Amino acid sequence: MTGLLDSLGLAQSAELLSLSPPGWGRNLLRGLSHSLQIAFGAYALGLVIGLFGAYGKLYGGKVTRDLLAIYTTVIRAVPELVLILILYYVGSDIINKISAAMGGGRVEINGVAAGIWVLGIVQGAYATEILRGAIQAVPLGQIEAAKSYGMPAIMTMRRVTIPAMMSFAVPGLANLWLIATKDTALLAVVGFNELTLETRQAASSTRAYFTFFLAAGFLYLMVTLFSGVIFARIEKWARRGQPSLTGAGR
Amino acid sequence: MDTAKAVANSDEASLNQEAIKVEDLHKSFGQLEVLKGVSLTACKGDVVAIIGGSGSGKSTMLRCINFLETPSSGKITIGGELVEMHADGSPSNRRQIERIRTRLAMVFQQFNLWTHRSLLENVIEVPVHVLKVPKSQAIVRAHELLERVGLGDKADTYPAYLSGGQQQRAAIARALAVDPSVMLFDEPTSALDPELVGEVLTVIRDLAAEGRTMLLVTHEMKFAREVANHVVYLYEGRIEEQGPPAEVFGNPKSDRLKQFLSSVA
Ligand SMILES: Nc1ncnc2c1ncn2[C@@H]1O[C@H](COP(=O)(O)OP(=O)(O)OP(=O)(O)O)[C@@H](O)[C@H]1O
Ligand SMILES: [Mg+2]
Repeated sequence: MTGLLDSLGLAQSAELLSLSPPGWGRNLLRGLSHSLQIAFGAYALGLVIGLFGAYGKLYGGKVTRDLLAIYTTVIRAVPELVLILILYYVGSDIINKISAAMGGGRVEINGVAAGIWVLGIVQGAYATEILRGAIQAVPLGQIEAAKSYGMPAIMTMRRVTIPAMMSFAVPGLANLWLIATKDTALLAVVGFNELTLETRQAASSTRAYFTFFLAAGFLYLMVTLFSGVIFARIEKWARRGQPSLTGAGR
Repeated sequence: MDTAKAVANSDEASLNQEAIKVEDLHKSFGQLEVLKGVSLTACKGDVVAIIGGSGSGKSTMLRCINFLETPSSGKITIGGELVEMHADGSPSNRRQIERIRTRLAMVFQQFNLWTHRSLLENVIEVPVHVLKVPKSQAIVRAHELLERVGLGDKADTYPAYLSGGQQQRAAIARALAVDPSVMLFDEPTSALDPELVGEVLTVIRDLAAEGRTMLLVTHEMKFAREVANHVVYLYEGRIEEQGPPAEVFGNPKSDRLKQFLSSVA
């Protein structure tokens, strides 16, 4: 093993990436773990916002619909990097003002929580549109059938609309998840030690830019491939009951 | 006056027998007045066939009865219980509407089965989740009902893998699962290929024979004549003529009905 790495001139890289000091491997993995926590949290928050947003856009009153239209338009129009800067600094400013008003001192903003909120709000705008489209694609007759059998509105949403819209929503939601994992890298600009920032620090301390960014790229790629497998399963489940184009039975 | 059925001058007993009573029902879509004062009574065990040209308001009337469509005005009484309505016709008591709807099972032209659920799941859905019947009990009953409509071996199949006739029979099983006091059929065979119509009509004929109360919108005149004990002819939102099938089909009085019957014959 060592012989092979030596002959390829990779021994140094292996050492730099090793998990125990002086290797930086542990730092990269910690960054990855932070990135995934934020991505998960933001994605979940985005789905919740998206579900309410979609229902609000479809069935809400005029004011609700206008507010949601502003939300989704603005969020999707402004570059994510700018949004992150705005939401992060405005958010922490507001929290500190509130804290000061209540006689407290400066609040230490938790990076993971802040990242989840900031990216979650961004994700929510896209999820709103994906879910709105998916809900509209559910045949009206299925919702009407539920109604005609005395199902209350919330139960209809839970038992009929949401399961029926899943097959329309999953491809879009899978994309959104991948965007979430990659958008965590943007949090590096506010000094949050997710994978990209950890990588940059490791790289600049050791001058081994190529090694570390390649390693980070590899980690992002693994996340994507693994997500692909998971979402393929989810999609298969969501499409249950629908004959596939290739005609493979159920 | 177009009060529907000659209700034997309402003594208490016959009142209790009224499954559905519609009085002076009006419905407009914007400027378009689709129902212009329809009154109709169906007693327990009645099979009322509703016929009429396209756009005459048959579906609208049926849909107003379970408030899938909000009436503009009128009175609707289901099993002796008057549905509470606001002045604008919208139901004022959501709980009451939901409760009443579970007693009125609707069978749709387009079946409207839940495509992400197997036939068995479709049939147990309302009993388990709305009526709170224990699941094991609902499953036993669902198997019986699927057996009855000839789909005993399809319980685990999803609707999309079935023919239209099979889907409609499953939809009828779903309707029976709530043990409805009235079944509402809106052109149950119109979306079917001709060779599949028979199997669905056979099921409905059986239900009529066992004394189920039904309102049946249909274009199958022969069938209406055979199973109904009362026929209502709707023309442009009004009941133009009604009576026993032998009268309505055999000896129509109104010229419009005569013309309609000759056009569909
Ligand atoms: N949601 C709606 N909005 C506006 N107009 C409607 C709506 N539903 C029905 N209508 C109109 O009401 C009239 C009656 O429609 P309805 O569906 O009750 O007719 P029908 O007798 O069932 O006809 P068919 O035999 O074609 O099913 C038609 O002119 C139709 O265009
Ligand atoms: Mg119709």
